[in-house]
Amino acid sequence: MSKMPPRANYTSTTNACKLCKPLGACLAFRGVAGSVSFLHGSQGCATYMRRYIISHFNEPIDIASSALGEKDAVYGGGRNLKQGLTNVSAKYQPKLIGIATTCLTETIGDDVKMILSEYRRDYNGDGELPVLVAVSTPSYSGSHMEGFHAAVRGLVEALSEGGPRNGTLNILPGLVSPADLRHLKSILAAFGLNGTILPDISDTLDGPALADCPLIPEGGTTIEAIKGMGRADATIEFGLTLPDDTGGPYLKARCKVANHRLPMPVGIRASDRFFTLLAELSGQPIPQALQASKGRLIDALVDGHKYLAGKTAVLYGEEDLVVGMAGFLAEIGVRPVLCASGGQSGRFKAAIDEVLAGLPGESPEVFEGMDFYEIAERAEALKPDLIVGHSKGYSLARKLGIPLIRVGFPIHDRIGGQRILHLGYEGAQQLFDLITNELIRAKQDNSPVGYSYM
Amino acid sequence: MPSAIFKERQDQIHRKGETPFAIDCDKESLAGAVSQRACVFCGSRVVLYPIADALHLVHGPIGCAVYTWDIRGALSSGPELHRLSFSTDLQEMDVIFGGEKKLYAALIELIDRHSPKAAFVYSTCIVGLIGDDLKAVCARVAAEKGIPVLPVQSEGFKGNKRAGYEAACDAMFQLVGTGDTTGISKHSINILGDFNLAGEIWMIREYFSRMGVEVVANITGDGRVGDIQRCHGAALNVVQCSGATMHLARMLEDKYGTPVVRVSYFGIEDMAESLYTVARFFDDPEMLARTRELVREELSLLLPELERFKKDLAGKKAAIYVGGAFKAFSLVKAFRLLGMQVVMVGSQTGTQEDYQELAEITDEGTIIVDDSNPLELTSFLKEKEVDILVGGVKERPIAYKLGVAFCDHNHERKEALAGFAGMLNFAREVHGSVMSPVWQFVPQKS
Repeated sequence: MSKMPPRANYTSTTNACKLCKPLGACLAFRGVAGSVSFLHGSQGCATYMRRYIISHFNEPIDIASSALGEKDAVYGGGRNLKQGLTNVSAKYQPKLIGIATTCLTETIGDDVKMILSEYRRDYNGDGELPVLVAVSTPSYSGSHMEGFHAAVRGLVEALSEGGPRNGTLNILPGLVSPADLRHLKSILAAFGLNGTILPDISDTLDGPALADCPLIPEGGTTIEAIKGMGRADATIEFGLTLPDDTGGPYLKARCKVANHRLPMPVGIRASDRFFTLLAELSGQPIPQALQASKGRLIDALVDGHKYLAGKTAVLYGEEDLVVGMAGFLAEIGVRPVLCASGGQSGRFKAAIDEVLAGLPGESPEVFEGMDFYEIAERAEALKPDLIVGHSKGYSLARKLGIPLIRVGFPIHDRIGGQRILHLGYEGAQQLFDLITNELIRAKQDNSPVGYSYM
Repeated sequence: MPSAIFKERQDQIHRKGETPFAIDCDKESLAGAVSQRACVFCGSRVVLYPIADALHLVHGPIGCAVYTWDIRGALSSGPELHRLSFSTDLQEMDVIFGGEKKLYAALIELIDRHSPKAAFVYSTCIVGLIGDDLKAVCARVAAEKGIPVLPVQSEGFKGNKRAGYEAACDAMFQLVGTGDTTGISKHSINILGDFNLAGEIWMIREYFSRMGVEVVANITGDGRVGDIQRCHGAALNVVQCSGATMHLARMLEDKYGTPVVRVSYFGIEDMAESLYTVARFFDDPEMLARTRELVREELSLLLPELERFKKDLAGKKAAIYVGGAFKAFSLVKAFRLLGMQVVMVGSQTGTQEDYQELAEITDEGTIIVDDSNPLELTSFLKEKEVDILVGGVKERPIAYKLGVAFCDHNHERKEALAGFAGMLNFAREVHGSVMSPVWQFVPQKS
């Protein structure tokens, strides 16, 4: 085990490596069919988050806001919240409105539960009242991932019902890409499993070009399916750093649905674990097609391993994605030297240790609550060969003159962030080719010879 | 299908020619309407952001800082402190017990680390609520560190972006008057309301330099604290972007008697007129001659190039939705120059006078809209069978999903669209999108 260097004790944050809590909730709510995300707070929050999300997905995302003004901050935001819900219902005709609070409304002490129960009581609009799901997401406690998980939990808490088993499987994948979600669906189908993935942004944030664009895009997890999650045979949650009170434990405690927490299936061993569990749950062997893609992946690993030997990487981003990527890099012979996150689950180090167990090399430095100022300080000392994370590490990669492997969210300086595949053998294959080729390119570009044959 | 337009918003939409001009504006956004607007903080942040040798510390939870990290294309010819995102990242305990101590410690730490020429401390929503005394902390740090430390009263909910512009101007005005003005030419100006996106202010400064005009301060593109401190020594304030910096110009006028002219650097007509306005102000025949020569030179390069684009673009229909209305005026004229027709024009924060002016310069039937939203924009784009929308990142997917071309004219842009060369870039941008072969593959509109 390496000795961790003493942590610099800075008060200020420079270039944060996390986003705010309501953004995660808005993303999760976007993965429910017929839903509109709604922020209870000042107008700016919704607009900033829309811009941030749009810049990654290149898709419209309408986030409504109760648009509180100064008077509302003094007298309470209930009136605006109710008016906003009425307006969203009238124009979008949503099936569900996912409401996330903000710093402002949490600090003025708006009792959203009470406001919503009054709203339901007094509702006399046309047609059926949309389902209203509210989560508490003040930005001063937790990052966007806590907001994401809180929204998922809020959805099952509000909708899922117990009862006779329905033979389905719940997957709570966390924040993964639309490409990942499409891949998960094809994996479930290959096992013959009937699964509910919550949330499902595969269509709602990666939709096709259409002749007529609906106000709320097609796709997402249906309310019916979320209701049925309480009657599923099992839940699989991706994430080793999740808090205790996510959707999976709720469904277990409330509806007796067995819960399995797995690391995000990034790389070989984590994918093996996932597929082995699916085989158990389905009573089917691992499908031939998956075994074949694993075979090709391992063959590729052998073909490329010399390009990677002895290389080191700095990783940052959401804790569970970093955990997944760290495990995968270690498998292919790239040693993680720093694993950093702005998140603060308290479980990051243990999770990294778990996925690295049995693989050669010293343990990396692992830090929660890090910003890019600190990441850069450590990276400059550690002199890695590559950086793995979202696009906000670009300036660091540029400064160090090493490749940035773009994964996760956000990707703001490239097209197609929503199409990056991370999960399963297929995801590992794409990541492996990308990483290896980037290292080859770096060697080629930095060589005075100009090799055309590497 | 319900109408796209909320009853409460009907008066914020005007169709030219159908009724006498009347529009409602400058009001709070309607709850639930998915306004394209941001907040007070955003207004302050965009105005002050390009001041490159100042520390910009956002006092609040992390969101406000992280969403404004290096998002503007505001370039600096020197220091780049403005591209970093500093925050106090307030946590629950800070909210309960107050964030003053953390703010003080963060300021000291960052000033020691970066040695900025000044620090701006932005207040966010909850800072106003938890009662942190921003002014007191700033005054204490200023005294200890010997640099100006300026509170920006930009609590998000206290109005819209325009209130943020004013808060930013109030903060900057505290710098003004503290610098040495000796040696400033009598033919001198401050450039207000250009943010040096993609290097635009450098082009504009070059024009002024050729005219023989000294620029004292860029406010705020490629801005420097020291320049702003002596900007009261300039003979004239040249203000673009009516909303953002006019408040500062008015304060300079009141206190120092500096006259103000309004200009726009977008499009050929407005660009040329801006230079003539300044030349006429100084009433110097030689300068006027130099300006004429400059405009002639630039146009002789530009016009033949424009013809190529014009041939393809003539008759196409354009819609404009931008933050401030000033840009819309120039865009209407720029499209006209390309032979295109503007059928919809709107802004987030226009005033009565702005919209009145838009109504005067647009064609019959043009939709004029204040504080619009995706539903309305979608319906307008469809109704008017628009070929291209001009806007920012938030408007882009609305256009693309409808199979409509798009031109980014917002803070994030990487192409210089101001100045004479900017007009050519603009035509190229519009042409590159409108004439793309990809539209033939997009499913046909029903």
